[in-house]
Amino acid sequence: MNNIALANRSSEFDVSAVRRQFPVLARMVRGQPLAYLDNGASSQRPNAVIAAVDDYERHHHANIHRGVHTLSQEATALYESARDRLTEFVNARSRNEIIFVRGTTEAINLVAQSYARPLLKAHDEILITHLEHHANIVPWQMVCEQTGAKLVVAPIDSRGEVHVDAVLELMGPRTRLFACAHVSNALGTVLPVRRLIAAAKARGIVTLIDGAQAVPHMHIDVQELDCDFYAFSGHKMFGPTGVGVLYGREQLLERMPPWQGGGEMILSVTFAKTTYNGLPNKFEAGTPNISGGVGLGAAVDFLRGMDRNAAHAHETALLAHATRVLSKIPQLHIVGTASDKASLVSFTVDNVHPHDLGTILDEDGIAIRTGHHCAMPVMDFFKLPATARASFAFYNTFEEIDRLAAGIERARKLFA
Amino acid sequence: MELNDLYRDVILDHNRKPRNFGVLEPADAAAEGFNPMCGDRLTLRLKLDDDRISDIRFEGQGCAISTASASLMTEAVKGRTRGEALRLFDRVHQLLTDDAAPAAEELGKLAALSGVREYPARVKCASLCWHTLASALKSADPKSLPAVSTE
Repeated sequence: MNNIALANRSSEFDVSAVRRQFPVLARMVRGQPLAYLDNGASSQRPNAVIAAVDDYERHHHANIHRGVHTLSQEATALYESARDRLTEFVNARSRNEIIFVRGTTEAINLVAQSYARPLLKAHDEILITHLEHHANIVPWQMVCEQTGAKLVVAPIDSRGEVHVDAVLELMGPRTRLFACAHVSNALGTVLPVRRLIAAAKARGIVTLIDGAQAVPHMHIDVQELDCDFYAFSGHKMFGPTGVGVLYGREQLLERMPPWQGGGEMILSVTFAKTTYNGLPNKFEAGTPNISGGVGLGAAVDFLRGMDRNAAHAHETALLAHATRVLSKIPQLHIVGTASDKASLVSFTVDNVHPHDLGTILDEDGIAIRTGHHCAMPVMDFFKLPATARASFAFYNTFEEIDRLAAGIERARKLFA
Repeated sequence: MELNDLYRDVILDHNRKPRNFGVLEPADAAAEGFNPMCGDRLTLRLKLDDDRISDIRFEGQGCAISTASASLMTEAVKGRTRGEALRLFDRVHQLLTDDAAPAAEELGKLAALSGVREYPARVKCASLCWHTLASALKSADPKSLPAVSTE
């Protein structure tokens, strides 16, 4: 029914043409064609990103924002044009709202230390959910320790879903900040962030969305979401590692003190007094990851140049296919069965430890993630030490999923 | 293929039917091992007769390599002195990490772990139990479990 419709729709999406733009997808691993199903951990890079970084390194590199010479001006223009493209990409109101960081983890730490820490008093509360990545747990625990505030955790159900009502119940008069994932990295659950943000806003609670797993799969419009902060990483959206973005509402960013001190973030320094730079530089102390920023700008161009609705339809069809094929395998249990999921399947197989499965699949050239996915509380909830996770991107194919299923069957036989 | 070299019959057998699995009470020494990368956990308890390991048991959860390695280890060190057990740890460590290491006769069944060295990400799985043993042998009081981590 639906699957056929989806498969037909996704046939409009030319997977082979897309795959040709990602050189690594043509390589062999242990004598087999690579089936890269670990996109939730990190995605691969298209030629456009590789070429942009290469061109920058070969022809334009210098330090930015300070030289009067040609290279410095070119590097500055390239880096800042990436910020402009990201501003449009997430529909921020202004480029001042796009802060370059190392990745989602640093973005959340920045908000924890620069926004939450000066504000929080003892017994104030930060609300998160049970399915967060460690990067959206530990920075809040740290700021709670520093301020005496309390971390409150909204529950999930056995399908791995977050219920709006359950979160609302925990939004109280002491809740100062609500932070949650847009998409769960361990389970694939898409959270009802619009309703959660609206509810938080109605109560005057500031919101942060961890978008690391959402940006590669869906169009993000921060004004439509109406969140205060949105964090994401370059390397999960087909860009380089070591660069990411914190979107922040300008009025909030203006009020926040700098988070690291150094060059770039100042207007003037004397031993008596330092005047901080304005946005966005106030939060970007030191020489940044310039080539990473340039590469991330190219990744944005790449994504905006493709039919993202068709890509999303293809990913939805991949998820449906994977769910159907894996469900047929005896003793395989899919963990996380939310009604709205990104293209990711977490699962366990009786008598086959995820780590052994990962090694066995690697022998077939298939790359999946195994372990706790930096979400130990999620594993504890399901009483599992670890799961195997196949996470798809638009460049994956039905055939790769069939190979995954065949590899799992081989592992089952080995450990039978 | 190489996979058969990693998952040899001895490994599969000890994974399916781990030897010396369970709780040992009372114990003279104990330690807990944890591999945060994959979530493997094991608790090792042993009895000492003077300097000699007279009994040893482990429990916990882990992958086939970690379970089989712990099972093989308990068989190999039972009846040995602390010094002998630690020397054996050195030999196993060599076996897991050094391509040039000759298959020493004293390793016996432990030699089945040699396939692991082709899989650097899995060396920690095989060595967790040995690090835990070394920690247990250093601890005298079984009530204060020293925690061991491979990270």
